[in-house]
Amino acid sequence: MESLKDKVAIVGMGCTPFGEFWDKDPVDLIVDAATEAYEDAGVTSKDIQAAWVGYTSQDTAMTGIILASALQLQFIPVTRVENACGTGAETFRGAALGLASKTYDVVLALGWEKMKDAGFGGIGQAYPGKWHPVYGAAPEVGGAVARYALAATKYFSRYGLSPEEGKRLLAQISVKSHYNGSRNPKAMLRNRITVEQVMNAPIIAWPLGLFDCCGVCDGASAAIMCRTEDAWHFRPNGDFITIKASAIACGPGWGKERMNYEYTTWEETEAAAKQAYAMAGITNPRKELSLAEVHDCFSVAEMIAVESMGICEKGHAKDDIDSGAWEQGGEIPINVSGGLKAFGHPAGASGGREVYEFYKQFQGKAEDSSRQLKDVKMGLAHNQGGHPGNFVCGITIIGEPPSRS
Amino acid sequence: MVGIVSYGAYIPIYRLSRDTLASVWGKPLGRGERAVASADEDSITLAVEAVVDAMRGFDRATVDGIYLASTTTPYREKQSASIVRAAADFREDIFSADFSNSVRSCTNALTAALHAIKAGEAKRVMVVASDCRLPAPNSDFEPIFGDGSAAFLLGSSDVAVSIDGSFSVSSEFHDVWRKEGDKYHWAWEDRFIKDEGYQKILPQAVQGLFKKFNLTAKDFAKAVFYAPDSRTHAAIAKSLGFDAKTQVQVPLFDSVGDTGTALAPMTLVAALEEAKAGDKILFASYGDGADAYILTVTDNIEKVRDRRGMKGHLASKMDLANYGVYLQMRDIMEWAPDLRPKRRSPFTFVWRDRKMFYALYGQKCRQCSQIQYPKQRVCIYCQARDDFEEIRLSDKQGKLFTYSIDERAREIILPLVRVVVDLEGGGRYYSSLTDRDVDNIEIGMPLEFTFRLVFDGYKEGSGFRNYLWKARPIRC
Repeated sequence: MESLKDKVAIVGMGCTPFGEFWDKDPVDLIVDAATEAYEDAGVTSKDIQAAWVGYTSQDTAMTGIILASALQLQFIPVTRVENACGTGAETFRGAALGLASKTYDVVLALGWEKMKDAGFGGIGQAYPGKWHPVYGAAPEVGGAVARYALAATKYFSRYGLSPEEGKRLLAQISVKSHYNGSRNPKAMLRNRITVEQVMNAPIIAWPLGLFDCCGVCDGASAAIMCRTEDAWHFRPNGDFITIKASAIACGPGWGKERMNYEYTTWEETEAAAKQAYAMAGITNPRKELSLAEVHDCFSVAEMIAVESMGICEKGHAKDDIDSGAWEQGGEIPINVSGGLKAFGHPAGASGGREVYEFYKQFQGKAEDSSRQLKDVKMGLAHNQGGHPGNFVCGITIIGEPPSRS
Repeated sequence: MVGIVSYGAYIPIYRLSRDTLASVWGKPLGRGERAVASADEDSITLAVEAVVDAMRGFDRATVDGIYLASTTTPYREKQSASIVRAAADFREDIFSADFSNSVRSCTNALTAALHAIKAGEAKRVMVVASDCRLPAPNSDFEPIFGDGSAAFLLGSSDVAVSIDGSFSVSSEFHDVWRKEGDKYHWAWEDRFIKDEGYQKILPQAVQGLFKKFNLTAKDFAKAVFYAPDSRTHAAIAKSLGFDAKTQVQVPLFDSVGDTGTALAPMTLVAALEEAKAGDKILFASYGDGADAYILTVTDNIEKVRDRRGMKGHLASKMDLANYGVYLQMRDIMEWAPDLRPKRRSPFTFVWRDRKMFYALYGQKCRQCSQIQYPKQRVCIYCQARDDFEEIRLSDKQGKLFTYSIDERAREIILPLVRVVVDLEGGGRYYSSLTDRDVDNIEIGMPLEFTFRLVFDGYKEGSGFRNYLWKARPIRC
């Protein structure tokens, strides 16, 4: 088995602002993200030999044709991928494999989602009839919050936090995300919040309240990719990034039904991290990573994912959160972009957006210079679909290219 | 000897007080309260509860027939008894039937069951009466109607209450009725239907019984009979010569309400809970005529004491906070339209796994001994393929492993309490918690199963009713 490490490079990226864009349709989002990526890489649609497009569940689209028709790609292979909210990571993986096999030389990976045409808030269109229709899924369509909240309840109980203490701990995560997002021009939610605001917000699914939840919205992200040896052609300065690892762990699906499933550690996340660290040659993620963009659809999701990925010892998130270790100036900045929480979460676009954050940070081009991290070498993008006990987790590790041989 | 081998009853946990109704409509409506089935309950789920209560200590495989009596079976065309049979995990090779269209159908079913047993066609037959009648808002029925069920396992051996004789009257009479398409009940003038209906027809059957068996009211320890309200009940008792204080089983009007088909059977269960061996009980029901029976309690009554029955369920209750919650539970109003896509459960899906859904069968892996639900081909613990034995989980209790309280779920009664339950003896069940007090939920609390409606079918795309076992705090 060969590692993907450093075989594939990202030479151009684009990301639309994330938000509620009543006046944009999927074509607008796709064209806007692709255009920024094309211009960044100095390519046009004619240079793209194959494409991977990711979105979750949309009434208005099916297959890869949505991408080809939006960009008028002419009769090239387009693969539509779907891994629920972890779809973005899968577009990168598909594209990377297409390049590593040398089947294609220049490819496009694009994720998008138009969630605000649904006519109601939250996620709702993804479930009907698709999952177990009688047992489990049906009674709480749109109940992603309730499913993650099960993990929060258990985490508090297991680690001896009262509901008040637990909620306060999670609140600090949301306060950090909003603070980071408030300085990110493309973020959806740019207001700063306080712990008290989080604590006093309406409950969505106890113990999680309004500010424990990310905002679902519209957006798209895109990457132009090629093999690393060709990347210097696109970016002679060497300001491109390479894929150190691209891992997916698809859970066997019935975790929540197993008596040895604890809810407080996510097996899929652990497994994907293990794959990714092995591929990238990482032994101490906390030290080796410059930043991690974590799939924080809910505050508790960030906390448990960071622990499951071994960035923080299990049960010790409180120490990190209280000490500010995950803040911008901390030991390992988590979601310096604002995360799904503040940047927004158009399901299929989030995985690519996480990579985009690293890409800009690495190039020293973080929007709003106050967010710029120093000495950015390697980053992790964690992108995950499903719910505790039933996840598919994608982890993409990206970083500085190897020196030119 | 043929008679009642076992009995059980069920009363929904929610009670609506007549004070609450009085404050809604601005008029005095008497004292007491009535039982209200929750949004996820109907005549079928009520019936299952009473059947399960009656089957405590009895092998479900020994039942040869099930008769469901109800004026409110949820299907106009399609049997409901077959659903109760499936949920109760009775055998498939038994006779099942619905008895409907009259509150007397409880004893119609009883007599039919007795005939089958006497004829030697069946050894044991379950008769269950269940009703969930919807009174029109602000009607005379609204403070009176209640929801509930009672079940009797009938047989020819181990009889706890022998049925020694009966007398029936059939009468063409319009007291209370619903025609095809009527949501609510019609009734002729109450003075007429009391004088010529309740107070004449039921006594006619009882007098016939007395005459046929040469008995008088004095021969009975207790009288249990149907009436639509306390005043009529008292008048009938008096006319038959029963002493109100010592002989008449207290009717349920102030505590449960008029549960229609289930009223006389539930009252009988209450009487049996207090009965002693040797007691003779008069049992009579009413509706388009009347059926009257002589019952004699045997020594075996002591073997069937550990039921939740009427006493247990009466003591375990929660007050409905307000009339709005009641409107939601009984789906009385027209609600706001919903843009969210309609859910749809394919019936083929339910049918394929009917044993898993209706009787809550999980499976135990023969390789690693782990119990799991839902049904799998490959073990979720050890990945062994197709090597399981089936195991019924519906009668197991468990402990709450974790929970959340969803304020925005697509559910009729919010919030939706989502729970993960670890079962005694193994197995984990992912469910929602019904009949719960939201302020009183904690990890580790003991839970049990109850057969309920789930709202992904008939209210939305599929048109049929879906049922599944949900978790609830141990009821009593």
